[in-house]
Amino acid sequence: MSEQQKMEKSKKRTKICLITITVAFLVLMLVVPLVSVLASSLREGFGFYIQAITTEYVRSALKVTILATVIAVLINTFFGICAAWLLTRFSFKGKQVLATLIDIPFSISPVIVGLAYLMTFGRLGWFYPVIRAFNQFFGTNIRITFAIPGVVLATVFVTFPYVSREIIPVLNAEGKDEEEAAALMGAGGFTIFRKITLPQMKWSLIYGIILCTARALGEFGAVNALSKTRGETFTLPLEIDALYMSGTETSITAAFAVSSILVIIALIILFARNFIEHRYKNKN
Amino acid sequence: MYVEMKNIYKKYGDFLASDNVSFGVEKGKLVALLGPSGSGKTTLLRMIAGLETPNSGDIYIDGKRVNDIPAAKRGIGFVFQNYALFRYMTVYDNIAFGLELQKMPKKEIKKRVTELLEMTGLSGMEKRYPNQLSGGQRQRVAFARALAPKPQVLLLDEPFAAIDAKVRTELRTWLKEMVEKLGITSIFVTHDQDEAVEVADEIIITNHGTIEQMGTPLEIYKTPDTPFVAQFIGHSSVVEEYDRLKGFERIENADRAVIRPEFIKISKSGNLNRYMSAAEEGVVTDVVFRGNRMDVTVNINGIEVVGERSLEKDLIEVGETVHVLIYRLYIFDDHKTYLMENGEMQEEDVFYI
Repeated sequence: MSEQQKMEKSKKRTKICLITITVAFLVLMLVVPLVSVLASSLREGFGFYIQAITTEYVRSALKVTILATVIAVLINTFFGICAAWLLTRFSFKGKQVLATLIDIPFSISPVIVGLAYLMTFGRLGWFYPVIRAFNQFFGTNIRITFAIPGVVLATVFVTFPYVSREIIPVLNAEGKDEEEAAALMGAGGFTIFRKITLPQMKWSLIYGIILCTARALGEFGAVNALSKTRGETFTLPLEIDALYMSGTETSITAAFAVSSILVIIALIILFARNFIEHRYKNKN
Repeated sequence: MYVEMKNIYKKYGDFLASDNVSFGVEKGKLVALLGPSGSGKTTLLRMIAGLETPNSGDIYIDGKRVNDIPAAKRGIGFVFQNYALFRYMTVYDNIAFGLELQKMPKKEIKKRVTELLEMTGLSGMEKRYPNQLSGGQRQRVAFARALAPKPQVLLLDEPFAAIDAKVRTELRTWLKEMVEKLGITSIFVTHDQDEAVEVADEIIITNHGTIEQMGTPLEIYKTPDTPFVAQFIGHSSVVEEYDRLKGFERIENADRAVIRPEFIKISKSGNLNRYMSAAEEGVVTDVVFRGNRMDVTVNINGIEVVGERSLEKDLIEVGETVHVLIYRLYIFDDHKTYLMENGEMQEEDVFYI
């Protein structure tokens, strides 16, 4: 056998080996648990499944989850684009510090975030006097902790690096030549953004939004610290936890049924993304 | 002067990119800013365009001070080094971009773009995206895009750097013809002396943030003002102890000489039949094949000089002893350049006649 054939063969062996490892890992860690969730959710029959996912608690939790997710994604998309633009197109003192600060939610446990918000906006928190003064002045009754605003805030915090982190590498790689060229021809900031920058980062932006959405839907720790009323401020993950913890056989099956909603949403999002990307690639 | 820079200073932190730079470019001329990388040539171009602001000094275009006029209003077309074509727009949209910003009616835009496509030989490519074009075609699109709004001045930053060698020569000629035809005042930046010499009407040589010399390619070649210019144009050797070479005397305060390859004749030992007394003996230390000639480095008693040798002649090998005739050299003191002829050769001339 020639040297070249030997090399080809060894390359092929490496490939098969890596495929086996990756597939085995994914099946064990991902596919089996996901299938088991879906299977378990149907254990008591389809009628029970529908009943389990349409209880008042679940409907309320779904509403809160979607509300928190939509707000978080909107805020973080805007914030993410601003931050990414700032960090890639301008130089200033403390840029590195700022870039690191943005990453904090990646490295801090969400529970700590929840507790921190509790200590900031709760009855003993620094901001509580401000909120109370505001409520007294306007005659309102705004609460942050143990209420919807707290849930939204926690979700925003946990998901805020996702969009900017996806866009920053792309903007860095594309450079600012095209923007400079457009500016030289008299394009204003917004035109440049719309015609040059946005098309450059479109796909990474969509990907960032998807990651952000997925993360927001599934957030548990931070929200758990700030949300204590089932049927009012509970999100889907909290509802699932509550169902599971109550420990009866039917409630455990119900927990799986509710979980399946999240799994299905996640799968839809992923396929949508691949579909869009595929179509885009074919076009070019 | 159509474009004029007066006493320009530009600093980036501690780095002085322009140190009291002044020069002028006449209307309709094609001028090259030539210098090694880091010499400040691109900074000068970007300051004319308004992409950078000088720390002090004035920039004039057509007699008007433009320091406070934004880049877009200076009437400038700019071709970026990597063209910076809008990659998510078609060729048509790229060229039309500047016109759309000027709110030109759609019909006129179409007319102008079609005109430019024809002029640059890109007709039929308007629906393509930049990544579907070759390097030369991209450069033409960049050129057409820069010219679309009918600028008064065209600035080009290393316009040929991203193109492979063969197409480059073709594009140089094309660019020169195009600029001549349009009569547009143009300034381009390059680090390639061949490019500058071949394309430009005038060359401005930059070094360490200052201008070493400005003149026509021939002037710069024949009468270099500074050692830097003499070395930069042509593959020259720099010699400090030039008085150790036969036929050359030391000039007060002039401690450097530059020898051009064409000032040197290298002959195989024994093949030289005239000027024997003027020739130096040296050992070949390096021979480099340059495609159409050999570059031969010879060590003459510790002084290294480089000469060219035609491929028609017998091959010279490393380690061989050769005869080197140095006809003349440039000598520099602080203010002046001297062209010094080999004294021994002139004496023999007299003797033979």
